[in-house]
Order: sequence, then structure tokens, then C-alpha cells
Amino acid sequence: MTQPNRGGEYDVAIVGGGLVGSALAWGLARSGQRVVVLDEGDIAVRPSRGNFALVWVQGKGLGMPEYAGWTKQSSDDWAGFAGLLRDQTGIDVAFRRPGGFMPALSEEDLQARANAMMRLHNQPDMIRYPYEVMDRETLRRELPVIGPEVVGGTYCPLDGHCNSLRLLRTLHTGIGLLGVDYRPNHRVERIERRDGGFRLATAGGEIGAGKVVLAAGHDSARLAPMVGLSAPVRPQRGHIIVTEKTAPFLHHPTGYVRQTDEGGVMIGDSFEEAGFDTTLQPGVSSAIAARAIRMFPLLGRLNVVRSWAALRVLTPDGFPIYEQSATAPGAFVVTCHSGVTLAANHALTLAPLIAAGDLGDRFKVFSARRFHVPQAA
Amino acid sequence: MFRRLPEVAGDAIPFTIDGRPASARAGDSVAAALLANGVTTCRNTPVSGAPRGPYCMMGVCFDCLVTIDGTGNRQGCQVRVAPGMAVETQDGKREVER
Repeated sequence: MTQPNRGGEYDVAIVGGGLVGSALAWGLARSGQRVVVLDEGDIAVRPSRGNFALVWVQGKGLGMPEYAGWTKQSSDDWAGFAGLLRDQTGIDVAFRRPGGFMPALSEEDLQARANAMMRLHNQPDMIRYPYEVMDRETLRRELPVIGPEVVGGTYCPLDGHCNSLRLLRTLHTGIGLLGVDYRPNHRVERIERRDGGFRLATAGGEIGAGKVVLAAGHDSARLAPMVGLSAPVRPQRGHIIVTEKTAPFLHHPTGYVRQTDEGGVMIGDSFEEAGFDTTLQPGVSSAIAARAIRMFPLLGRLNVVRSWAALRVLTPDGFPIYEQSATAPGAFVVTCHSGVTLAANHALTLAPLIAAGDLGDRFKVFSARRFHVPQAA
Repeated sequence: MFRRLPEVAGDAIPFTIDGRPASARAGDSVAAALLANGVTTCRNTPVSGAPRGPYCMMGVCFDCLVTIDGTGNRQGCQVRVAPGMAVETQDGKREVER
């Protein structure tokens, strides 16, 4: 169990206890830092409980090759990360990297995907990785359950998935074992710099810490300006449908459909601009179900047991923000929409840099200053 | 374990449980017919393999899932037995093709 820090003084206060905040807390505590996690309660806007659980590389980073490399690094480190979590907590987060597919339902779609992968890999400074564009017959040898309308697809051996609800639970178990002070119902109202550190006014009282890391997802947009940072994020809604559990038949994840370690099939990948509304839209559910059945007709036999809508945390260009404040050193913002894929990086690579107090040149490209260019011009 | 009330009438309906001949009464749900035939465990759960049997008998608990005429994960309490129906208990996860 977590031991409360009676003095309320910490090396690092992390705002947000979702996948990003808890992965950072785990890494920081392993680096020897005294950490408090300030979280909201059960009804917080919490994408970490609604995501699709892919650990995905394919196609990411067109427009920012550094993000492609960062993503590939996390994918490469994920198995070791899962092993560390298992050794520490005894919980298996079911990470598998069998390679992932993006099946295409038209020649135009397949060509567009192939072109995007080629443009991605033609970028300067791109760390290239293997992928294949497959015609229907080649794809069918790997994925025999595709429907007659599937014309082919792209494949990347680095793609995988995990059980993301179990990942969140495991990280929370892990930070507890590491002595992190986890405080729910501590919504942060104000952050002030004082005495070389930070004072955070929260719904549960005042907290002091030497450093503060904003990993609050959507709420980072509100919090970042308090410490001279910016996090221009917006919610983008996605629907997910889950079927009953069945014996394994889909042995690779795809971008739209994957079978979980426990046998249920998740169907997803809708993109809607709808503010903070998480109401389920039957039209969207129907559309993603219909597309999934065209890809894998067997799905039409399965009963649906759950469906929901969750809110991606998206920056204007879709890439993460990693930045230390220039005006309030010691304050960091970390935001991305791939909290599962990047969990290994956040825990193993980013957290030690935050502990050391310097992100270094590698992260300059991830600064939110990239969004301020028009104002400067 | 379960016995029928003596005053309940109805024609005998022949069906099978895991291929063995069994008898239900007209109007029986599959779940009731399983219990009346002494089958109290109708499946093992897909993740932990724990045994399950009909419980709520009104469509809520989903513990009475069985394969009926080749379709898996049907709620036994929500389907009436029909003559010749093939009911199969389930071991673990349903197969997607049945």
C-alpha cells in the first residue's frame, strides 16, 4: 500500500493518473524520486479506460519522422517493459507483437496506404523499419479470415497490442509498491512557483513539490499556462464495440479490429469532432460494425456485449508534446494520444530525463512552440 | 437436485444434450430442461474455466450460455425447447464459426 508522505513534500508531483501519468510515476519512482500522483475521481474524462490497446508503429510519423522513431523505440522496448512489470507485480499485461495489418476494402484505399508508407519512409532522418504491401492472396495466407471485399493490405512486423485496462491497473499496483503517493480526488486548481519549487492547490489540499509534470490529458490545456507552457489539445471521439469472448481466430491485430488476449473482439477506429460528448452514436457504431464485418465476415455471428465512446487527446498535428517550461523550469508537460504505445518510452526513457531535470535536444522537436509559428511570423 | 411440480402438465418434447437423448415438457426453456435433466453445469467460463449453471432464469445473468443447434453462447433461459433441438454444453470460449 501507498505510504502517505506526511510532510506533503515531494520531488515530483504528477498531475494525472492515467496511462501517461502512471507510467511516468513508475519510471520516476524507479529513478529514486519521491513522487505524488494527483488524480481526479472516478468520473474524470479518462481516455485510459476507453482505448483500443494497440502498441502500433505502422503509418505513424508522416510529417514528423522523429515521432516515427520515438514510436519504434517504444515498440522495441515494450517487451522488456512488460517483463519488468510482471516481475514487479506478478501481473501479465498480455503484450504481444505478432505484427499488424491494415486491410483495405478498395484498390484506392490500398494504394493510398502504400503511398503513405512510402512517403513516411522517404522523409529525411527517418529511421526506417520493415513493412510490406500485400495483395489479396498474400494477405489471405497470413490472415485467412478476411472477407471477399478485402483487396489487400499493409503489414508491419513491429505492430502489437496488449490488455490496456490491465496495464493501467498494473502501473497503479507498481507505483504503490514503489512508494508513490497516489491521491485521487485531488483535482489541481492552481499551480504557483514558490521557493524554487511548486505549490499546487488541489481539491484535497495544498501539495508541494520540486518539479511538476502535467500529464492530465485534456485538462493539461487548462493547467499548462499556469507554468508558462501550452498544451493545445482537443477531444476527438472514437467509438469501440466489444463482442463476446470466442476461441482465438484473429491472430494479428489490425488498425480497426483486434481479438483480445481473453477472446473478445474489439472493433473501433471512428474519428469524430464532438467536443466532450461521450454519448454513443448508433450511426457511428453501425458504420464501424459494418466495415468490420466486410473485413471479417465471421464477426457477423458474434454477439456484442459492450460499446462505448472515448475521447482521444489530440494536438493540432496529432503528435505528442514533451516540453520543460522556459519560464518555470522544473515544470514539464507530457501529452500524447498513444498512451499505450508510448508507455514503455514514458516509463523507461522519459521519466529518467525528467528526474535529471533536462530533456535534452532530442525533444526540442516535440515542443508546443511548433504551434506558435504563425504568431511569431 | 430439481424436481418438477406434480401438477404441471404438457407434452413430452424430445431433444438432445451433448448428443444424448433427453426429454423436456412443452413450454420449457432450455435452461429449465437442462436442470430437469440433471445438468446443473452447462459451461466453463472462457477465461478462468470456472463451472457455471443456469441461475437467474430470466435473461439477466448470462450464466446459462449453451450451444443451441450449432450456435454458441445462446441464453438457455430465453429459448424454448423445440422437438429435436440439439443442446450442447460449452467448454471455455465459444468458437466463432459455431
